[in-house]
Amino acid sequence: MHISTSIWVWIAAALTLCIYSFLYKDNPFYKFAEHLLVGVSAGYLLVIEFTNNIIPNLFTPLKTGFTTLFTEGRATGDLAAIIPGLLGVLILTRLLPKVGWMSRWALGFYFGAWQGLIITGSMQASILAQIYGTFIQGNHPVFSIALFGDMVNKFGWGTLIGAISGPLMILGVIATLTYFFFSTEHKGLVGGTAKIGIVFLMVGFGASFGYTVMARVSLLIGRINFLLSDWLGIVH
Amino acid sequence: MNFFDKFLKIDRRYIFILVAIGVVIPLVFPLGLAVTVSPPVKNVYDEIESLKPGTPVLVSVDFDPSTEPELGPMTAAVLRHCFKRKLPVILMNLHPGGPGLALAISDKVAKETGAKEGVDYCFLGYKAGGTAVILSIGRDIRLSYPADYYNKPIDQIPMMKNIRSYSDIGLVVTLSGSTFPDVWVAYAHERFGAKIAAGVTAVMAADYYPYLSTGQMIGLIGGLKGAAEYEKLIGVPGNGLKGMDAQTIIHLLIVLLIILGNIAFLLMRRQQRRGEQTRPSGA
Repeated sequence: MHISTSIWVWIAAALTLCIYSFLYKDNPFYKFAEHLLVGVSAGYLLVIEFTNNIIPNLFTPLKTGFTTLFTEGRATGDLAAIIPGLLGVLILTRLLPKVGWMSRWALGFYFGAWQGLIITGSMQASILAQIYGTFIQGNHPVFSIALFGDMVNKFGWGTLIGAISGPLMILGVIATLTYFFFSTEHKGLVGGTAKIGIVFLMVGFGASFGYTVMARVSLLIGRINFLLSDWLGIVH
Repeated sequence: MNFFDKFLKIDRRYIFILVAIGVVIPLVFPLGLAVTVSPPVKNVYDEIESLKPGTPVLVSVDFDPSTEPELGPMTAAVLRHCFKRKLPVILMNLHPGGPGLALAISDKVAKETGAKEGVDYCFLGYKAGGTAVILSIGRDIRLSYPADYYNKPIDQIPMMKNIRSYSDIGLVVTLSGSTFPDVWVAYAHERFGAKIAAGVTAVMAADYYPYLSTGQMIGLIGGLKGAAEYEKLIGVPGNGLKGMDAQTIIHLLIVLLIILGNIAFLLMRRQQRRGEQTRPSGA
């Protein structure tokens, strides 16, 4: 057992214990650690964004642009940084109720530009490629009579799963999409298909929940591992 | 009050104690339970194995301390693998919380493996913009990163001399606790044809399986389990494998509690229904 002599490890260990004390009940130690986390995170992000974003993308080009303008008498592309700079200032008008409406200009520009930027990429990556992948994988159709032929000729778990997994996926996609189709009342064929969709959704939620449990346990393991190894030196 | 009545009203703090014991004991006394390697993790390993020595790998450390216990071990494992295979690694961050973690992990792994900064790896640091940064690397990495994290011009870094865009990079590995893998797929893969592998938290893993079946991602490392699998593949145990015993014990405990909770709930409901049936009408 080699207890750490680093003050930072002790601080981290004390804050970890403060946070976990909430599991017993809410208390001032937990509140202290929680507020400290929020404050430190906000301060850290402010500094990082200012030094990595505002200074190189706004202050530096403006400085270069105005220096060139006043010393050489010519305007360079660096001065274009005035436009995003002004839009950024407009966002801050939300702090003044009388002129707060001006912030919408900046937000409108931001949303418009952002949508234009992401629509094509998202359309291809998340919709077109996924539709294609639902029916064809690795240049082979997922629904194949030949696969069923293999299953009949050489029956086994491998051939069975190979034959039915593709059709099952197509059924799952269609049934789940039907569940989210609200323009028709869910009765008859549509209702039955939607119910099958619910089954697929439940399987999906179950998988996500299982993974979520695993993720949360992993975080706990990470913290306890820190306490036992870095702080107390019990585990190596 | 029978066992199941008491079970349904148990103070949840007893469950917390059980979970804590279930984590501490396997960490102190490892059980050495087997870890099987899943195909998505093996695919990442195989892809890195297939790269010729000298082929650059871009590793984007897109997470912050809140997901470090899961993503830290897999970052270390991927770096170890790349250094072992003599693949130059370009480290960068799209998440503002990532630089400190990327530095700590890369320094530790570099010391263990003898990798040299500037020759075997370089750290470009954080750049705001996400999508814009990914798009700019498709044209020239110098547009977003004219200098590295230490303000050293990119052209003065030996390993970066011949690297300009995705066409010079063998593989992009994004290690993320948020939706950055979607952006890497949408722009680096779809627009520039870059090969993408992702390491994500377990919460997110299920969401990224569709990208595997379409080939938009070549592989996926999901959560601490994925990290443990990768550590097993490279033969260097780390925090991933160390945590697997505890993970298994806690999963068994949770499954047991779910089963007992449901049995108790069903028995309680049956008792209530019987009570309603035997109660005189109008009572």
